[in-house]
Amino acid sequence: MHSSSSNKLKTKVKRSIWADGDPFIWATGAALTFTLCMTVILMLVVMYNGLGVLWPHQISLFEMEDGSFVAGKIMQWSEIPDGGGERVQLKVGNRDLYSLDFRWVPENDIAEITFPNDAIALERREFGNFYGFLQELSLNDITVPADTEPWEAFLSAWNAAVERTQPIQALSQEVQRLSREMERNRLSRARLEHQGVEADAPKMVNLIEEQSELRAQFDETLAEQNRKTAALRQETAIFADAGGRTREIALVDVVRPYRPNTMSIPAKVGFYASKLWELLSAEPRESNTEGGLFPAIFGTVMLIFLMSILSFPLGVLAAIYLQEYAKEGSMVKAVHIAVNNLAGIPSIVYGIFGLGFFVYGVGGIVDSLFFAERLPTPTFGTGGILWASLTLGLLTVPVVIVATEEALSSVPKGIREASYALGATRLQTLRRTVLPMASPGIMTGFILAMARAAGEVAPLMITGVVKLAPSLPIDGQFPFIHLDRKFMHLGFHIYDVGFQSPNVEAAKPMVYVTTMLLVLIVLIMSSLAIYLRSRMKKRYQMGSM
Amino acid sequence: MTQLVTSVIEDPIVRTRNLNLYYSGAQALFNISMDFPRNQVTALIGPSGCGKSTLLRCLNRMNDLIIGVTVDGSILLEDIELDDPDLDVVELRRQVGMVFQKSNPFPNTIFENVVYGLRIAGMNNREELRVTCERSLQQAGLWDEVKDRLHESALGLSGGQQQRLCIARAIAINPQVVLMDEPCSALDPRSTARIEDLIAELREQYTIVIVTHNMQQAARVSDYTGFLYEGVLIEFGLTKKIFTKPNEKQTEDYITGRFG
Repeated sequence: MHSSSSNKLKTKVKRSIWADGDPFIWATGAALTFTLCMTVILMLVVMYNGLGVLWPHQISLFEMEDGSFVAGKIMQWSEIPDGGGERVQLKVGNRDLYSLDFRWVPENDIAEITFPNDAIALERREFGNFYGFLQELSLNDITVPADTEPWEAFLSAWNAAVERTQPIQALSQEVQRLSREMERNRLSRARLEHQGVEADAPKMVNLIEEQSELRAQFDETLAEQNRKTAALRQETAIFADAGGRTREIALVDVVRPYRPNTMSIPAKVGFYASKLWELLSAEPRESNTEGGLFPAIFGTVMLIFLMSILSFPLGVLAAIYLQEYAKEGSMVKAVHIAVNNLAGIPSIVYGIFGLGFFVYGVGGIVDSLFFAERLPTPTFGTGGILWASLTLGLLTVPVVIVATEEALSSVPKGIREASYALGATRLQTLRRTVLPMASPGIMTGFILAMARAAGEVAPLMITGVVKLAPSLPIDGQFPFIHLDRKFMHLGFHIYDVGFQSPNVEAAKPMVYVTTMLLVLIVLIMSSLAIYLRSRMKKRYQMGSM
Repeated sequence: MTQLVTSVIEDPIVRTRNLNLYYSGAQALFNISMDFPRNQVTALIGPSGCGKSTLLRCLNRMNDLIIGVTVDGSILLEDIELDDPDLDVVELRRQVGMVFQKSNPFPNTIFENVVYGLRIAGMNNREELRVTCERSLQQAGLWDEVKDRLHESALGLSGGQQQRLCIARAIAINPQVVLMDEPCSALDPRSTARIEDLIAELREQYTIVIVTHNMQQAARVSDYTGFLYEGVLIEFGLTKKIFTKPNEKQTEDYITGRFG
């Protein structure tokens, strides 16, 4: 008996592979690999397409077999679908001349490709990029030193023109200020009217006088601004495209002139950095397909921030009640089921609820109580960052509640008893012991909620996101934080630029860049939260309990 | 129902009279009438589930935390009725401290663990906290081992040290009675011996009630012993007497290891 059992141990028994579990281990490994691969591929595609957009690519000049010329940036080579060799997609720019930014050229028609040093790329305020050659300057007021090279002369004239925009900008700010004053005046009168003050009351008369003064100032400033702008627009340069068609471009319309074919690598890096900075800090141009993303970045971050401020305390308090104070019973069970189900409701439903309840309901009441004089123009009764944050907050509250409850219930009973046995009240126990110990788990819920909120677009579209917001929700005007304002959002930006843009092909790079930024922002914010959580964990580690 | 008060105790600090306790209707303690002598160590012994921990937890109303527990009868600390809904439970627990089976230090520094009870009572004078911390740790025989790392995490201590820290924490608020619920059951023999020595020292100042599974321990540390069986106090008396000449057959059977 004894020897037979030890023999059994010595000879390795061949079990069926199902009993051994090897296929199961392979399946788990394969599932993980597949998931990782999909994520990595997604990120690589986004980064490959996003990071290259800002680089100053060379301008190629194609001499065609028929003797004509085409210039532009090579986008891609591909097979001609019907056979007959390859073709190349060129970004030819010059939308004002050709009406299309892109052009396919069959490889067979190309006689020669060159990269001329004097090829110029201009980023412009409108009509997209211009690719071509400088012909001559046509200056009025601005003078350039004689005997300079044409390109140098152009750059110095352009710099001078840009400098001259500063007084115009000051005027434009003055115009804006006056128009705000006039609006305030109008609202004061509307308020008085609303209160039933007669039109010949002294207050009213004063306001009307002030209004006409403001109006006169406004007209005068605006006229001056227009005059100066018109004068500055007389400073132009004439450019020719590859085929020799000319175009006169006002210097102030040029955002960034460069000659990519002569740029050294450091110069290109510098150019890249300046474009990157523009992306992060400037406003969008050309219906969002060019320029920066600052308002969208700001809107996204502020939205997540506001959402957290609103949903986090609400969720944590609700969870504390459910876990610590509520008596267990069918009611609490029902609440638990409801909370878990709330997390699964499609976000658009939250959006519609936000629109109906917050925007029209609460917003409408706020307007009729506090902003009655502005009606029928709504103040809070229309989409805005406050309502969007509240809607997102509602959407993420269940996540916070579930995570917080789990964190609270994972605090050992012994710790609570120890605290009670030392004469601590329930609140003292909660505040001094249970909450600190649960804080890493609560943080996890917070991170999950934040990630979910950052990725939502659907509910925002009907509660206050816009394609282009004229001003940020926080600025230098009293009361500095404007929660009623509409805002821009990176997620919506992706949708809008990628699918609602009049020039989808030209907007494609922006979609990748925006996606990259959105992912980056979510990454930064959750890394920050994870760092905080690891500090909390270190502080309140459970040790050997 | 028999009522047993087997010893007459002079000037007891805690008395229970006809104490019955029910867990959601199921009775766990039957008519317990028992006197706990002042400045002595009283051991409660009995097989698992006999109600000794439940009885212990009645003395500082820890059973309040369990839903569905109802109590009738009377528990008196000095002459104050404890089973009174208007009683200030927080104050009671400051008078009747407790040490648990599993050591449960807070995930905080050693110092903060000891002064927890003082802080929640609103004391924030650093010097006073420091003095009390040192006194309590000294009483708990832990001072020499931890005096250089008071501001390190209490979770870095060994199991025995953690349990002595819990004792220090309980006596820092100067209770009259210290309840100990199987304080050594998770410790090795050496740590157990240290805690037993500690109990012997502490009885000079405090009344101690200890629940234990370990008969030798009860015999070693206690002055009085109560034997509970199925929620009934079978016998209560001087430890010497219970362990040598018990009055009841059940007690003898349990002590000699015939059951339980």
